Amino acid sequence: MSTLVDDPRVMEFDVRTDEMLVNMGPQHPSTHGVLRLVLRTDGEVVSEVTPHLGYLHRCAEKIGENLTPRQWIPYTDRMDYLAGMNMNLGWALTVEKLLKYEPPEKGRHLRVIIAEMGRIASHLVGMGAYGLDLGSFSPFLYAFREREKILDLFEEACGARLTYSYLTVGGATADLPRGWLQKCEAFLDQFEPLIAEYHTLLTTNSIFIKRTAGIGVMSREMAIDFGTSGPVLRGSGVDHDLRRDGEEIYTAMYDGYAFEVIAERNGHYPKDHKYPAVPTEAILGDCWHRFYVRMLEVVQAIDLVRQAIDRYSTAEGDYGQPRKLNEKLPKGEAYLETESPRGQMGFYIVSNGEAIPWRVRARSSSFCNLSVTSDLCRGCLIADIPAIVGSLDIVMGEIDR
Amino acid sequence: MSGQAFVDQLKQKFGDKIAGANFENVDPWIEVSVDGIVEVCKYLRDEPSLAFDYLNSVTAVDYLQTDPKKAAKADFEPHMQLVYHLFSMQHKHSLVLKVMLPRWRDDVEGQIPAAPSVSGIWSTADWHEREVFDLLGVKFTDHPNLRRILCPEDWEGHPLRKDYEMPMEYHGIRGR
Repeated sequence: MSTLVDDPRVMEFDVRTDEMLVNMGPQHPSTHGVLRLVLRTDGEVVSEVTPHLGYLHRCAEKIGENLTPRQWIPYTDRMDYLAGMNMNLGWALTVEKLLKYEPPEKGRHLRVIIAEMGRIASHLVGMGAYGLDLGSFSPFLYAFREREKILDLFEEACGARLTYSYLTVGGATADLPRGWLQKCEAFLDQFEPLIAEYHTLLTTNSIFIKRTAGIGVMSREMAIDFGTSGPVLRGSGVDHDLRRDGEEIYTAMYDGYAFEVIAERNGHYPKDHKYPAVPTEAILGDCWHRFYVRMLEVVQAIDLVRQAIDRYSTAEGDYGQPRKLNEKLPKGEAYLETESPRGQMGFYIVSNGEAIPWRVRARSSSFCNLSVTSDLCRGCLIADIPAIVGSLDIVMGEIDR
Repeated sequence: MSGQAFVDQLKQKFGDKIAGANFENVDPWIEVSVDGIVEVCKYLRDEPSLAFDYLNSVTAVDYLQTDPKKAAKADFEPHMQLVYHLFSMQHKHSLVLKVMLPRWRDDVEGQIPAAPSVSGIWSTADWHEREVFDLLGVKFTDHPNLRRILCPEDWEGHPLRKDYEMPMEYHGIRGR
């Protein structure tokens, strides 16, 4: 690489690979929102990635210190805007934990139906957008076709398509409308056979496998050390799901439901499903596995919704009227994490005995998942960056809060 | 993980560094002194019967009553609390630790207090401590990269402090 050659013709063919800083974002299409990555590259190889966040920062936690817990519910919608229902649920349960309030049985089943439908909708976007990141446009259209139907169902239940504020402290703002369950079941019957299509489009697609298998491998230890959660954690083979391992107040919702945690154990994923087997190129903890866990979770969510519909329709009593919260909050503090589609979403509420909480905190799952990027991307190629960041399935609204 | 027996066991090992405990709260917590937090955390992670290998969250709570009417009746002295939520993947149990700090170092306004960083024990703490530094103004010594994370680098003040006032102007943008 010497520039001190006598023959000028040698200079022409001398490939210089100086270190270069490449700026990706904040408006780069493959960064899923306003995330800015500064890459230190040597040729095509990335030696360092520095994420810069905060472009969507609204200090929702400060807003929460000036509103009552129920008034803050719409702000939780706007954090993870692809899974608003699950965010509402997380916050509602945290406040209920502080109040030591238990929603009625019917309300719990209603919440399972809604939360798992939210999970399907969110994973569909995760899947579609991931295809988009890797240069395949059609999965995105297929995914949005189905997501639209879920949004229609949500719209019928609560009037909103994106920022629902439906699940609330005490239960839900309204009961499911008449005929909703039949529509929901009809959707599931129509949707379930289509999942095989998505697997054909991406999971077994040889270009997709080449782009994701063996890329961005995260070990089990690293996943735990960085506090990752959700499909990112389970994609590394950690058998942990808050729906089973979480706190009593949350697991009570799924009490008696039959489901298995989607994580690889002894080289196998649970359930004898008809979906494709793991390709030989894939290594546990790589982008492909993270994607695959999400796909299997969709199938499982369908199963959970079916079980919940059965229980909901036979449950007696009230669906859970919203708690008015006119009285003051009890003094104390509560922290609760729930399994939102992107991982463990934690809320923390501190009350000093007034109607307005003293401190509100949202522990974002994507925030922790994103913190892995610098370590995960060290030594990879520039073209792999969208594959790795996309596989984490981040939502910037939740990271920046 | 709570109960007097567990706290006594920790006290036997660490003495004064375990400053107290609260069992009445929904989530019971153990108070650790500032100089003992790294040592205690290391023990909690490495002791096989505890194995707190997963750090859920690091955050802080600012205790300052800004309303003079309520301040007279407030049942706390102004202070800052660091809150650590731990979890064990192996045993599936959780624990809350707290560290009490003054609001300002040596009571000089503008001098943010400092606590040792636990990012050497759990990598999660890296970004979480940056967030606490950014929004609440607590300095973490031995942190590898203590910069602002959500606010811009040249932002002034720490928004989640109770006495924070929004700047009138930021690069020509009206604040209030």
